[in-house]
Amino acid sequence: MHLLQQIIFILCAGAAIGIFTKKVVEVRRNILLGRDEDLTDQSGKRWRNVLLLAFGQKKMFKRPLPAVLHFFVYAGFVLINIEVLEILIDGIFGTERIFQAPLGTFYNVVIGFFEILAVLTLVAVIVFLIRRNILKVKRLSMHELDGFPKRDANTILYIEIVLMCMLLLMNAMEGAIQLKEGVGDGFLISRLIAPIFIGLSLDTLNIIKHTCWWGHILGIFAFLNYLPYSKHFHILLAFPNAFYTRLTPQGKMANMPEVQNEVLYMMQPELAPPTTDAAPVQHRFGAKDVMDLSWKNLLDAYSCTECGRCTSVCPANITGKKLSPRKIMMDTRDRLEEVGENINKNKSFVEDGKSLVHDYISVEELRACTTCQACVEACPVGIEPLSIINQLRRYLIMEESNAPQEWNLMSSNIENNMAPWKFSPDDRDKWANEMEPSA
Amino acid sequence: MIKTMAEFAANNEMPEVLFWVGCAGSFDQRAQRITKAFATILTKVGVSFAILGKEEMCTGDPARRAGNEFLFQMMAYNNIQTLNGYGIKKIVTICPHCFNIFTNEYPELGGKYEVMHHSTFLQQLINEGRVRIKEGGAFKGKKITYHDSCYLGRANGIFEAPREVLKALDAELVEMKRCGSNGMCCGAGGAQMFKEEEAGTTRINFERAEEAIETGAKIIAANCPYCTTMLTDGVKSKEKEDDVKVMDIAELIAASLED
Repeated sequence: MHLLQQIIFILCAGAAIGIFTKKVVEVRRNILLGRDEDLTDQSGKRWRNVLLLAFGQKKMFKRPLPAVLHFFVYAGFVLINIEVLEILIDGIFGTERIFQAPLGTFYNVVIGFFEILAVLTLVAVIVFLIRRNILKVKRLSMHELDGFPKRDANTILYIEIVLMCMLLLMNAMEGAIQLKEGVGDGFLISRLIAPIFIGLSLDTLNIIKHTCWWGHILGIFAFLNYLPYSKHFHILLAFPNAFYTRLTPQGKMANMPEVQNEVLYMMQPELAPPTTDAAPVQHRFGAKDVMDLSWKNLLDAYSCTECGRCTSVCPANITGKKLSPRKIMMDTRDRLEEVGENINKNKSFVEDGKSLVHDYISVEELRACTTCQACVEACPVGIEPLSIINQLRRYLIMEESNAPQEWNLMSSNIENNMAPWKFSPDDRDKWANEMEPSA
Repeated sequence: MIKTMAEFAANNEMPEVLFWVGCAGSFDQRAQRITKAFATILTKVGVSFAILGKEEMCTGDPARRAGNEFLFQMMAYNNIQTLNGYGIKKIVTICPHCFNIFTNEYPELGGKYEVMHHSTFLQQLINEGRVRIKEGGAFKGKKITYHDSCYLGRANGIFEAPREVLKALDAELVEMKRCGSNGMCCGAGGAQMFKEEEAGTTRINFERAEEAIETGAKIIAANCPYCTTMLTDGVKSKEKEDDVKVMDIAELIAASLED
């Protein structure tokens, strides 16, 4: 009987990890569809960001209430994993609470601590459900979340409730058994509910306990495999994303060396780098589709948990424009997944007549951006919606010549009058002549 | 008289600093007042400075942000040629967009200078005792709120210098809810200055001006010619232009200089 359970467990664990790995490999392949960008410099600063942004959740604390609640769930997730380790070992070797004997009485302290975390997680998750579905906090109930994103968010919260309840119930059964056998009184929190079950027979208690054990671990396996399809993937990707996040000032826009060289060829050919036979593949200017973006933009898209902090501080969005930085990230991920499916089906990407710009992100959205970087500043995990917006705008102007008339005027003024307005360059220092002579 | 770099070079002289005026500061009537105020301060305290005059060109910021990289690279190339040609080492500018481009984007194109925004420059002049504020100036005890421009604040992390300058005025500094790294844009960045806003429920500058007016401040202090224009329009839309003035910190200092 035990052996059969062990075999079933190992099969389930193997399948869960196998399917998860397959999907992760696919996600990695999708991310690497993006253009190369070397982000491995200054590793000291990068590790610091992992510690501060990902582990320390520094930016979350700009909004204290959700930050504290989120910290409960996060701590619960990280620490309860230690218990999952025990469950894995127990499941594989048919042992029961393998850590109990070596840890002695300290074991109960640890489990008690996990139970506190489990309760805090439950409280936080319930508040999150209330914020989403009853209070309808604006950034969590905008139309761009209609359909799957909303269901996704709630599903995760429900799964977390089920997982935590299973854990507590399992421990409560253990407590009830201990009470019945007179060998103890269970663990810190679950002992409070253990006496309720004392009327049940030992067999029933054991069955419930094992059902909870199985429910908890199978739930975790299912959760693991749901992650790559969900916004909740951030619990893993927040860490690499914080590592690779920008270290330069937010105001710095990425240079386009190919255009820089083009201008050099024109102005001072002797200074321009020589063209070699091994010239790099000519990209299009800017980005039309996900493959034209940097791999970091694509990692950003998978790391986004759709919290909407970016959108809630976007001046365009606040004043009713169509632009929403969160939607930029969601669209990028959706399109990338679509491209990934296309590759899965056809071995390599087969043109599908669609692109990120136009089909997912409209020109109107892109035009509304003031490049104020509030979205970048707001993101707790170092995502840069602005980087994507800038690249799509470059494509629109340089490849499609798609600009509003006023921008065309601005450009021709800059070209002809060296200023974005139609003034004579001769008048540039007119103000100086108007200064009082004493000055 | 304000001398150009060409005039300095003709005499084989080098000014302490090049004053990069920027297009708004050169041509826009409202922004010209900021330019004049800053030039007045420099002259009064005896900072030797030059302007490029007719040789100055748009840095290419609005072109780059709109997506026109070719035009940006052309402008950058020409400006860097001019600046390097004169051997410029130090630049001060009243425009955060120019400041950002010089600081972050010209270096990899060959234009490496020590660049300062005028708020940092003014703070230094005050700290060094070169700029002295008169006792009981016009702004003493007045409520002033400070609007962080995106390209000085979030873009480059300069939040304190302009506030320090305002403190020298002995005014009462009141913060808006969205300030510092959470400051809200005036709506002009990313080449929005040069086009109509996209359709929405209100304008960004109206929203921001409303927030500034709500602080009860009589003066909205800005550090960017675009912000100044946008916020002035925003204040007008609330019909508060008689009660609330939008002024650049250079104008505030120029009006408070010791005689």
